[in-house]
Amino acid sequence: MERVFELTVNGERCAVTCEPDTTLLHVLRHELDLKGTRFGCGSGQCGACFVLIDGHPVSSCDTPMWAAEGKPVVTVEGLAEGAALHPLQQAILREQAAQCGYCISGILISAAALLARDPHPDERAVVAALDRNLCRCGVHQRVVRAVVRAAEAGR
Amino acid sequence: MTGRRRDLPAGVVANPRLSRWVSIAPDGTVRVRVGKVELGQGILTALAQLAADELDIDLAQIRMEPASTDEGPDEGLTAGSRSIEDSGAALRQICAEVRALLLAEAVTSWGLDPATVTVRGGVVGDASGRRIGYAELAVDLDRDADGSARPKADAGLRLAGTSVQRLDLPDKIAGRPRFIQDLMLEGQLYGRVLRPPSPAATLAEAGTAAAAELPGTVSVVRDGSFLGVVALDEEAAERAVAALRETAHWRERDTLPDEDDLPGYLRAAPADTFTVDESGLGRTDQIVQTMTAGYSRPFLAHASMAPSCGVARWHRDEVEVWSHSQGIYRLRWAISQALGLDEKNVTVRHVQGAGAYGHNGADDAAFDAVLLARSVPGRPVHVRWSRADELTWAPIGPAMAAELQAGLDAGGKVVTWSHEVWSQGHFSRPGYAGSPGLLAAAHLERPIEAPPAADPPPSAGGGTARGAIPLYTFPERRIRAHRVLSAPLRSSALRGLGSFLNVFAIESFMDELALAAGQDPLDYRLAQLADPRAQDVLLAAAELGRWGAESAGGRGIGFARYKGRGAYCAVVAEVEAVHEVRVRRLAIAVDAGRVVNPDGVRNQIEGGAVQATSWTLKERVRFDRRHVTSADWESYPILRFGEVPEVEVEILSRPGEPSVGAGEAAQGPTAAAIGNAVAAALGLRVRDLPLTTERILSALGE
Ligand code: FES
Ligand code: FES
Repeated sequence: MERVFELTVNGERCAVTCEPDTTLLHVLRHELDLKGTRFGCGSGQCGACFVLIDGHPVSSCDTPMWAAEGKPVVTVEGLAEGAALHPLQQAILREQAAQCGYCISGILISAAALLARDPHPDERAVVAALDRNLCRCGVHQRVVRAVVRAAEAGR
Repeated sequence: MTGRRRDLPAGVVANPRLSRWVSIAPDGTVRVRVGKVELGQGILTALAQLAADELDIDLAQIRMEPASTDEGPDEGLTAGSRSIEDSGAALRQICAEVRALLLAEAVTSWGLDPATVTVRGGVVGDASGRRIGYAELAVDLDRDADGSARPKADAGLRLAGTSVQRLDLPDKIAGRPRFIQDLMLEGQLYGRVLRPPSPAATLAEAGTAAAAELPGTVSVVRDGSFLGVVALDEEAAERAVAALRETAHWRERDTLPDEDDLPGYLRAAPADTFTVDESGLGRTDQIVQTMTAGYSRPFLAHASMAPSCGVARWHRDEVEVWSHSQGIYRLRWAISQALGLDEKNVTVRHVQGAGAYGHNGADDAAFDAVLLARSVPGRPVHVRWSRADELTWAPIGPAMAAELQAGLDAGGKVVTWSHEVWSQGHFSRPGYAGSPGLLAAAHLERPIEAPPAADPPPSAGGGTARGAIPLYTFPERRIRAHRVLSAPLRSSALRGLGSFLNVFAIESFMDELALAAGQDPLDYRLAQLADPRAQDVLLAAAELGRWGAESAGGRGIGFARYKGRGAYCAVVAEVEAVHEVRVRRLAIAVDAGRVVNPDGVRNQIEGGAVQATSWTLKERVRFDRRHVTSADWESYPILRFGEVPEVEVEILSRPGEPSVGAGEAAQGPTAAAIGNAVAAALGLRVRDLPLTTERILSALGE
């Protein structure tokens, strides 16, 4: 049965009408027109659709709205502060750590969660934090470098 | 045609009209249209650098427009690492002529001094201090290039050769809608296709009522074995397609080969056999030893991060299509051919998708959208495949087998070399073998059967035989290829085509021969190479990869010149092989001629090497005799962050040599270097890819 769900997305409260098992990804992309969160697999296996829920990176493609209800959600669009890009976004640009860029939204989310928890991770910690994100273009090494450097810049 | 016209770049001869390539907006922005498309490889940025240099404007003044069949030049496919070579030369010529026209106008109509006239940032000026912006100069670009101006000498280039940042990345890292998956046109509906459960399945019956009655369903389309739905949103489309799946009954057949004996399948199948190279006569009387070995690779998936997607809108007998195709003109032809439309009534516009590494499902998804949108005239229909459809229905890179034989003299040198290769075809893009080559076309009530995959012609680098001619100075060589004349699994172009296996085979075999001769694999290669550029990349990779130093596991080397005339690439791999193979480090040297964007080339080589590592260690399309069974990321695993090697790339600078693409150069050499490193670590040769623990154990048992 459709009903109204409230949640906070990128700091703004919003209400959407949908089925309880409608996915958070669908709501973000279609109801809220936030296209930065990408669809890759629909089954929690690739990380393209990651968002922060309560600060944790979660796959939005298999998170039903009943589970996201009332929670604070941050998407890639919510990482920047106004016109100022998140240090991770700046670092990805600086290192040119993308090719097609389809995986990057989810990677930024995983990395942002890591830095919030551990502001100065070493390379090993970065690799571990990104292990649920897939990238087919092979920019892994640049991404890891970018995350480590973003953390260093924040020192 | 005048004499000057004749030596213009081919892309200019085919599309001489200047206005097709370039137009100048009133605010001075220069809109540049090329026929090549962005696949994540950074081509539009590199081309923008060239255009900005020729026009003497800043990069920020350029807008690279996406390719479209209704404007812009037709430059064929974006494939085969030829974009920078072909499109680069054409665009430079066009821009040089446009600049000359603008300058001439400034002199004749504005009276600038021809002796001191210069341009900077799109502003023409002379010694008197007068200044006129490009936008103010009334030059009609609706005329043909005639060769009256020439591109600048290299010394005059400012941006070419520098690592400017990619123009498309700021949008992508900010999460802005940039991909076709994000497209949202006015009045857009959403489509889904219910694909058959197996490659040879046909639809016996389907009840469409249940799907049609669901809230949100707009239409249900059935045409032969093609089944699909159109709905108000993606969720409704998913529900409707699930309802269709419940009611559909299929007739299925076992048509697939034995996945555990792909070389056996390939070698037994009827094939088109051709000679690739037959040259020289070796002194067979000097042969003291003959060696033979066989190598193979499985079917490989593109496994792009985004499933394929297409959008279409009908208006009477005209159809507009949005696609991430690598060949929008071919796609236009194929759609018109499949539906009996006039080609000029079909428009195809390119919109970026996720990374493409060959002929994936882009064209097929576009055609799905065309078929579904026909049921809702005037409304755009957006079709996105599922992950499972992407992994099981997009064309795949064909399985291959090769058998190599060499006769060696007393010093261990090769006297006679033979290489035989078997493969399904590597080319079934729209238009191949005169066929539309669109997946759904074969499922329609009046099906257009897809012929088995062909190969690109040798002039385009071939497919099965790509990379099969070694660069070594062997006195006698016999190289033959067998392209299998059936395709139970639909195969087509995947990054590097046949060169991935051919180079893996050649370079693995070279190591086996070096070992037999008791020589160092690097020295063994160098002694049989005459091309100094080849020697240089090998030496550079050896140094970067600390060749000869102690290693905890093993080191291996691999080398090739892509297609025999593209980029030179040598790789030194360092691996550990304890419980499984882990590649620790790849040291890569590449010579791609003059480089337009060094960091772009580096990124392509790094990414190619990581992808090749993934193919080499892990990947294999899985199937039983009826179904493709690798349908998700668990059954089709790819290399993860924790498994990615450190990759170091050295670009050998060759400003005097023509630019060649680098996107495919690392594939074969990386596989060979890893295979050779594994052999060095384990003292055991694994000749069938992928190099999984299972394969290594079975090689141990032999
Ligand atoms: S799309 Fe959600 S994890 Fe892949
Ligand atoms: S940059 Fe293309 S998938 Fe990661």
